[in-house]
Amino acid sequence: MSASVVSVEGVGKRYRLRHRHETERYATLGEAVVGAFKAPFRRLSGARLPAVTTDDFWALRDVSFRISEGEVVGIIGRNGAGKSTLLKILSRITEPTTGRIVLGGRVASLLEVGTGFHPELSGRENIFLNAAILGMSRAETARRFDEIVAFAEVEQFLDTPVKRYSSGMYVRLAFAVAAHLEPDILIVDEVLAVGDAAFQKKSLGKMHEASRSGRTVLFVSHNMAAVGNLTSRCVVLSAGTVAFDGAPAAAIEHYMQSGQRPSGPAVANGRGPHTAVMRARLLNSAGEGTDIYQPGTPLRIEVVFETDGTPRASLEAFLIDAVGQKLALASLHQFHGVTLPSQRGRFRTVLDLEPMWLASGSYSFDVTTSIVNSNWDHYVEGLIQFDVTGSNPGGQAWDFRHSLGYGALAMSCARMPEFLAERDGR
Amino acid sequence: MTIIIEPGRAAAHYWRDLWRYRELMYFLAWRDLSVRYKQTAIGVAWAVLRPALTLLVFVAFRRMAGLRQSEVPDVVLVMAAVLPWQFFSSALSESSASLIGNTGLISKVYFPRLIIPVAAIATAFVDFLITLGLLAGLMAWYGVAPDARLLALPAFVLLAAVLSLGLGLLLAALTVTYRDFRYVVPFVVQMGLFVSPVAFATSQVPERWRQVYALNPMVGIIDGFRWSVLGGQAPLAPAFLVSSVALSLGALVVGAWYFRKTERGFADAI
Repeated sequence: MSASVVSVEGVGKRYRLRHRHETERYATLGEAVVGAFKAPFRRLSGARLPAVTTDDFWALRDVSFRISEGEVVGIIGRNGAGKSTLLKILSRITEPTTGRIVLGGRVASLLEVGTGFHPELSGRENIFLNAAILGMSRAETARRFDEIVAFAEVEQFLDTPVKRYSSGMYVRLAFAVAAHLEPDILIVDEVLAVGDAAFQKKSLGKMHEASRSGRTVLFVSHNMAAVGNLTSRCVVLSAGTVAFDGAPAAAIEHYMQSGQRPSGPAVANGRGPHTAVMRARLLNSAGEGTDIYQPGTPLRIEVVFETDGTPRASLEAFLIDAVGQKLALASLHQFHGVTLPSQRGRFRTVLDLEPMWLASGSYSFDVTTSIVNSNWDHYVEGLIQFDVTGSNPGGQAWDFRHSLGYGALAMSCARMPEFLAERDGR
Repeated sequence: MTIIIEPGRAAAHYWRDLWRYRELMYFLAWRDLSVRYKQTAIGVAWAVLRPALTLLVFVAFRRMAGLRQSEVPDVVLVMAAVLPWQFFSSALSESSASLIGNTGLISKVYFPRLIIPVAAIATAFVDFLITLGLLAGLMAWYGVAPDARLLALPAFVLLAAVLSLGLGLLLAALTVTYRDFRYVVPFVVQMGLFVSPVAFATSQVPERWRQVYALNPMVGIIDGFRWSVLGGQAPLAPAFLVSSVALSLGALVVGAWYFRKTERGFADAI
């Protein structure tokens, strides 16, 4: 085993959270001043005022691993597991609170394709600008210019401002610049979620090539097929710590099965401007709460919500798989023309959804209220969590698991196929 | 090449990285320049038109207020002050807004953040050069010839750059956490125009106010400009110059110190 080029030891990152009734993005001097004056009175007047408290939140805690030269390592984990924070620390955008990282070479990170692209500038100008941002010298860029353009397939549009590009062209150009960097360590986050299939294939090829030429690649993706194909090892992050570190197949398996299951009925926090999703649960055939869904039976979800009587409100639910991919949508208004009651109050409803043959695995529902054709009103992620523990529409012994990577839905035949003999030729 | 990342360690490679990323600074300045007049009908003419209009307003003001008492033509006297003032004010406005104008970059890519406000000042400097041409034209038209004092001009330009960079660094870093400063800067720039000797000469300020007046670092810079451009027809009091140099260097030290101190939290706070 060759020497490690990335060595991460006991890295932690703490964020200070300020809590108030609503999270605010902007701090102002006034808030700081008013807060300082209010603080003593708040204790006297009890807890009625919106309290501003700080809370420590460890986005990463004691994370350690080593990566050898030329390894392609996948980093997987649920949303909020700390992947982005880890990448930000590795790419030096933010500092760790504890620990130590030693990087043995030049690092280039692609935390989002097209960083620094300016819509008014032409493709040609953006290539040079973007390359400089990613740490490439002008001479180096000039040398690889033709290659970049050919890779991105934008020859005819080189002198067009990128604001006139289609989103596909934009992404191709951005990835092309990044792909032609020659760092010792390349950090890639989610770029493969974009572009058409042919371009994705090309991008994967480029990354393969990078690793063959001895470069180390850190790859973060929700695309398990890509992770499985591309990486030689995977680190699974869960709640800010390393939950698993090993072969990709085992890591993916681990990741798929490590659904965090909150106990008790799921209660939502916060509320939207007009409505609030209060709580929701999955019901079994007897109308009791459950967290196991029997595939092929009606999928019933019960939602309790409040509304101020706003007339054009609807209720939606997204079915999400263990990887965070949205699989299906249920919408009262878009699919059934139904809106929420136009009187103020708290209501309970049951969405009685058609049976589905979901693969075995962990799933969740995002539940949201919305203002029709306008915006989400109160979007609650992962409000309902449930499992499918065995799936086979034909009742065979073989368990169709989501983690196999064959998809999330079993398509069963409505009637058994017949085999009719057909003569070759005529 | 080995990079070590530890809490509080960011400083270790800072100056080396700053040098390594110098091309990025050039590209950012170039980007701002080439984007600035995109989709405007008259394009780069704005760089001349804006100071020209300011000049007109002030010359008209001087006529109305009966402030004409120098031997130098009004237009040249005012222009010699509009020039450094406009450089300072646009460098300050642009550098202090530069960090929040590049949020995407800061939260996605590493590079020494100092590059951003410095690039903003470089952008303002290019506008300054264009306006300098306007002044040269006016001087030729009115037959005002500079003498050897003109050689001191770069020093005063540098001083204006140092002052705007110092204040710009401080304000840019403050704006990341406190967006209030977005509203402070335009106000300061607006007020500064009236308390700096742009429409009038420092000699027209009453004697007893001179000491207070020396606290405005732009006084020494503007007077210095006039002194070096107008061939000795405008006086430069040493006290003003000393005060300007001291305040500009002070601003740079404080600005750079605060910027470096808060820089590592920019990506989290912005």
